Amino acid sequence: MNFVVFRFDPERDREGHFDSYPVPAREGMTVLEGLLYILDDLDPTLSFRFACREGVCGSCAMFINGSYRLACQTQLKELRGATVRVEPLPNFPIIKDLVVDLTSFFEKVDKVMPYIKTASAPPEKERLQTVAQRQRINEVIDCILCGACQSACPAMWTNKEFLGPAVLVKAYRFIADSRDEAQQERLRLVSGEDGVWRCHSVFNCVEACPKKVNQTVAIGALKRRALVQKLKFWQRRTLSG
Amino acid sequence: MIQHDALVVGGGLASLRAAIAAHDGGLDAAVLSQVYPIRSHSGAAQGGINAALANAEGAEDDSPEKHAYDTVKGSDFLADQDAVEVMTSMAPGIIFEMEHWGVPFSRTPAGKIAQRPFGGAGFPRTCYAADKTGRFLLHTMYEQTLKRGIKVYPEWVVLSLVVESGVCRGVVAYHMPSGEFRAFAAKAVVFGTGGYGQVYAHSTNTLINSGSGMSVAYHAGVPLKDMEFVQFHPTSIIGTNILMTEGARGEGGYLVNNRGERFMKNYAPKLMELAPRDMVSRAIQIEIDEGRGFQGGYVHLDLRHLGRQKILERLPEIRDHCLHFLGLDPIHSPIPIQPGQHYSMGGIDCNVDGETPLPGLLAAGECACVSVHGANRLGGNSLLETIVFGKRAGEKAAQYVKGREWKDAGDAVFDGVLKQVESRVGALSQGSGREEPSAIRQELKETMFSNVGIFRDRLPMEMALNKVKELQGRYRRLRPVGKGRVFNLDLLRAYELRGMLDLAEAITAGALARKESRGSHSRLDFKQRDDQSWMKHTLAHCTADGPRLSYKDVTITKWQPEERKY
Repeated sequence: MNFVVFRFDPERDREGHFDSYPVPAREGMTVLEGLLYILDDLDPTLSFRFACREGVCGSCAMFINGSYRLACQTQLKELRGATVRVEPLPNFPIIKDLVVDLTSFFEKVDKVMPYIKTASAPPEKERLQTVAQRQRINEVIDCILCGACQSACPAMWTNKEFLGPAVLVKAYRFIADSRDEAQQERLRLVSGEDGVWRCHSVFNCVEACPKKVNQTVAIGALKRRALVQKLKFWQRRTLSG
Repeated sequence: MIQHDALVVGGGLASLRAAIAAHDGGLDAAVLSQVYPIRSHSGAAQGGINAALANAEGAEDDSPEKHAYDTVKGSDFLADQDAVEVMTSMAPGIIFEMEHWGVPFSRTPAGKIAQRPFGGAGFPRTCYAADKTGRFLLHTMYEQTLKRGIKVYPEWVVLSLVVESGVCRGVVAYHMPSGEFRAFAAKAVVFGTGGYGQVYAHSTNTLINSGSGMSVAYHAGVPLKDMEFVQFHPTSIIGTNILMTEGARGEGGYLVNNRGERFMKNYAPKLMELAPRDMVSRAIQIEIDEGRGFQGGYVHLDLRHLGRQKILERLPEIRDHCLHFLGLDPIHSPIPIQPGQHYSMGGIDCNVDGETPLPGLLAAGECACVSVHGANRLGGNSLLETIVFGKRAGEKAAQYVKGREWKDAGDAVFDGVLKQVESRVGALSQGSGREEPSAIRQELKETMFSNVGIFRDRLPMEMALNKVKELQGRYRRLRPVGKGRVFNLDLLRAYELRGMLDLAEAITAGALARKESRGSHSRLDFKQRDDQSWMKHTLAHCTADGPRLSYKDVTITKWQPEERKY
């Protein structure tokens, strides 16, 4: 298999280029294993992120043959043709080769109060939650913050300040959690000018997600709740006015 | 120079919990992590976390004391019993705290935290969130650090401790994205740096688990305890060794040999598949070695009888792993599994408050050895250990730091260590040798798996020790590593390799010296447990000639050693 890999070394290069590497494919080999083979046996100067190699840590989101994928979860045999083209996640600044700067992404996560907030005192034991209530967040808690959907979202390409699908999913994860008691406060954080209304439901995020989280369903629910919140606000104003 | 009251090294559960405790104890605490915290290996834990909540049907009589007894028996009586009781009695409290912090545990019909049976446990005691428990705990813990505004330095790799007059005063670290090397000063340093799975071939562990924290502490003169005890998880996918949670057997999965037999009936007739991990791994290996495995060296983990709904609800992620990495669906096919290196019972010598023999350095989680796991850890006790002892280490750090002033004019010592590290890095890039680091790494991994693995014997272990020494020699003749500074994996991996070789040496030396079989340490030439001579912890001290071993007694409080039958 021929790996065509994006290269950029900030200490040497003004712009990026592609290098080709012949990788002996074997049954069950993943793109990540191919990159590790290059690192160990062909070119020790290659840089990329990796950790769990089983699709749960979110380190190795990349742009592989034109799709957003986790390198560790992508089998070579799934890819068509004899060439694998590996590029860093688009629309993030490149640090080196396949490593992008995710600082802005993690800063945005921090903006939506990404933790459970309760006003009432916790009980002595666990807060009760029914199986059905737990089921409501079952999909959104699968987000591993890999950054693939943030990279794929066209609304982010035109507005760097847009919170983005993964960040909105994080907010929704708490809003939909029966135990959280700060829903209105959090809704206000996501319905400002860089929030949910920037999403035009292009669905790139859904296609990009390696964990099969449907971000647009979550964002749609946020939009409805934000709308209800606004309507109630105007209702109150009209009534009191 | 950057300075914080407490520097917590590592981005997993133990270190984040330590940072939270230190912060809540009034310190300016910061986290230095090789990866973004949510990428840490804690997130790969699947099956659950133990606490005697008595939420499950039939578990009404469970208690922290029974949890402690199971843990001590599981440890083959090498765990310190006072420490085990600290852990099991704190367990319910920390689980409720994690729930209050937002962990999306699976629920019972009554809305309580769901619990499942796990190996070696007398009751269904393992609290779970499907088969993604570690990941949800880790994300939640990270959320709590964000809530507190705790400073995180991501992608900083700690390469050395700074020690002055016998006191730990900080660290020197490499910032991968910028290529910068820097000294950090702290009044206390807490290590929660994880295990060394990559020292072994066929490990379930994350690829970044090189044990670098353990080796950094070891090189600074802190002893490593009980390193010969290496856990092999019974069920990892053939080839990739991706973990198939013990929860799969907890939910009722069978282990089956090539004759279609549930062979555990011959090894642990009472607990069957839910015997402790050391026993199940040995049983699988015996089945394979004696020709009752399948071609390619594996047996079957069969979940088909659990039915589609239960698998989708309770074990969705291991199903996904099977689909992605084996191309088979466990709803319809048995899973080919083999034991894989999984966990280190041993680690940095410390007490129940995380204090190591080096003042100012604390440790918690897999990199540490309190010891609560003794010679064999029970499933579901490692997530518990990270949070209990992370919290205690952070609280102890807060106590230790209070009232300690910054030592003035101490920059020389930091500059000195920084220069040392930079010259070591420089030497790596200017070497004139031809040895390939990846070849040394691979030979080390294979040697450790074959010769210091599930079954051990004097001769193979002696060969392993010689091999490690040979590899250490070859390491001194490495080819020059890349000179670039930014995200230089070649440099990082070469640096880590030195530590991996030294850890392998400590593991092997400890294993050779311990002339008995206990828990995960199973010797063909000494098949019995020897309580007369070996109810003691091994301490490995780093010297120029390799590890020097000493021993200390095991703490026994309530439970005298008995034969381990399941």
